[in-house]
Amino acid sequence: MAAPFDKTDDSVVVIIGTGAGGGVLANELAQKGISVVSLEAGGRYLPEDFINDEWDSFGQLAWLDPRTTSGDWRVAKDFSGLPAWIVKAVGGTTTHWAGASLRFQEHEWKAKTNYGAVQGANLLDWPIDGAEMAPWYEKAETKLGVTRTGDRAGLPGNNNFKVFEAGAKKLGYKEVHTGRMAINSSDYDGRMACQQTGFCFQGCKWGAKWSSAYTDIPRGEATGNLEVRERAHVLRIEHGDDGRVNGVVYADKDGVEHKQMARIVCVAGNSIESPRILLNSASAMYPDGLANSSGQVGRNYMRHLTGSVYGIFDKPVKMWRGTTMAGILQDEARLDPTRGFVGGYELETLSLGLPFMAAFLDPGGWGREFTTALDSYENMAGMWIVGEDMPQETNRVTVNSDVTDQFGMGVANVNYSDHANDKAMSAHAYALGQSIYDAMGATRTLPTPPYPSTHNLGTNRMSENARDGVVNRNGRSHDIDNLFVSDGSQFTTGASENPTLTIVALAIRQADHIAGEMTRGNL
Amino acid sequence: MTRTTNLKGLSRRQLLSRGVAAGAGFVIGVNFVSGADAAWATEMNALKPDTMATLIQMARDIYPHDKVADEFYAAAVKGYDVPDAVDDTEAGIEMLNGVARGKGHGSYIDIGWERDRVDVLRAIEDSAFFQKVRGGLVTGLYNQKAVWPIFGYEGESYSKGGYINRGFDDISWIG
Repeated sequence: MAAPFDKTDDSVVVIIGTGAGGGVLANELAQKGISVVSLEAGGRYLPEDFINDEWDSFGQLAWLDPRTTSGDWRVAKDFSGLPAWIVKAVGGTTTHWAGASLRFQEHEWKAKTNYGAVQGANLLDWPIDGAEMAPWYEKAETKLGVTRTGDRAGLPGNNNFKVFEAGAKKLGYKEVHTGRMAINSSDYDGRMACQQTGFCFQGCKWGAKWSSAYTDIPRGEATGNLEVRERAHVLRIEHGDDGRVNGVVYADKDGVEHKQMARIVCVAGNSIESPRILLNSASAMYPDGLANSSGQVGRNYMRHLTGSVYGIFDKPVKMWRGTTMAGILQDEARLDPTRGFVGGYELETLSLGLPFMAAFLDPGGWGREFTTALDSYENMAGMWIVGEDMPQETNRVTVNSDVTDQFGMGVANVNYSDHANDKAMSAHAYALGQSIYDAMGATRTLPTPPYPSTHNLGTNRMSENARDGVVNRNGRSHDIDNLFVSDGSQFTTGASENPTLTIVALAIRQADHIAGEMTRGNL
Repeated sequence: MTRTTNLKGLSRRQLLSRGVAAGAGFVIGVNFVSGADAAWATEMNALKPDTMATLIQMARDIYPHDKVADEFYAAAVKGYDVPDAVDDTEAGIEMLNGVARGKGHGSYIDIGWERDRVDVLRAIEDSAFFQKVRGGLVTGLYNQKAVWPIFGYEGESYSKGGYINRGFDDISWIG
């Protein structure tokens, strides 16, 4: 049967979310002839709709439904109602993401083994490794057109990169280049080359950056096997007396509730909404929420250790021109506990426009210390720190029933406190970032605190044993055999790399698993 | 919030003759505030002109940019000149003036040195009023497209074809 599908059709796979995980999974299944209904909370925006304006774009794309925060992380103080900067739209956060596409390093798949006991950290080895993931990474790199993989050339360096590269090389760093980016350096797969416009975070108006919104989603729809239901906000997943899930209840744009029956349900609403949905789906049979016999749903929330460093020079940089994040230093991503911490970090070029710089440079700051920095905006260079943060059981997403959303559902509370390892790594990374700009003659450097989280990971983690996590090596619930998790929430640990490539690779692999299990009659 | 130079039909001389000069380069009229040079003026709908003048000065003292003219600060706080905001805003400015008087000044706007005004602001920076004004300025001031060129920021670039042929890598001082 071809799309659209009837709500009573219980032969369909229902996927919640259309981003890097859900959007890719939907297309991969549709290409295999499997019927899919994708439920997307947001609307559909395509390159012609994207806006080269930071606040206008934020209003168009960002997930702004209420959330709450707690814990000692600075985001809870600076942006108490906005723990994450992620997208509510078809394509999810693949409209907003920077495009950095890095494979995990081999040792990062086995953090518990390689890092040893870290007090207060809930480390665990992934049940999979780099060798197993290699072919899936290659498929993901080909799908996304990642530069510096296959025969694809790197992007050219912009002004911001040139400052970053020269400073890093003066300090003796070697692994410094314009990154492995899902942004075309030349025309690829029907999408054009990067025009160095800036505004990568506001949706690429050229389509040069990969997003599921204008690749996997329409390709899946073209098969006739995929129906994407927009502005369909999932409230809960339901199950039958046999304990298996049988459908998903959502509110449409008018707030009217519907239930889509399902053969299989895949949750890909990101690491904040995915656990919230599972917890909000609690029933008499599953009083602690679905897939939660381990008690790990919502726990081990990771957001990467982040921060920015801006350097001010006596001459112009104009960092906003060109690809926002085409620049990386990878030497410090290695495992080297002699630095005083386990795990590693990347430094990546970053720029914000003047409006967001005013909002994020020093939230709450005012007076001349603040304004003289902005006075030199044209002479600023910028970089972002992204490092592996420690999973902690108490860093978690819970349902805050004191605050409800537009559908009367308890909202997600994101509790996070920095681990001592995170703080040690952070100090190292800020110092290096400032040294890089100092080496180039910076007259002032600004160690800028974290923005709302863009890398939200780990709240439904993958584990070998059911007691340690929520899903198995295929992202399949330990408890309920036709319930899957398909986004970054299945990350066992965060590694130091931007997560999207791994989310995409896992989704391609999961599609293969689901199709195989259906063929074998197991699903 | 819009830039306002809407006292139609008044010459510069007429405008200035209708108000009294206040501290910090403002002219305060019965129903307007203008720059002392009459380069800009904003007509009052709800707030007292004195309150608006103080609010403009407060905005500048929170985010002082010497190259940014008063009219942009006036535009940034114009949103408080509506009936719904009058009570809170008048009360907030009265609090500000009260603290100024407590430190031996006539009123906030009469204080000659920025450092002395900042001293008053520091005393109220945890108040809801200060935080509301400061938070509002983050977008009210810096999201005005007209101020972007003052900082060198070029804004939208898609319609110009991006920077691929317009200097994305034109930095001249890297070896």
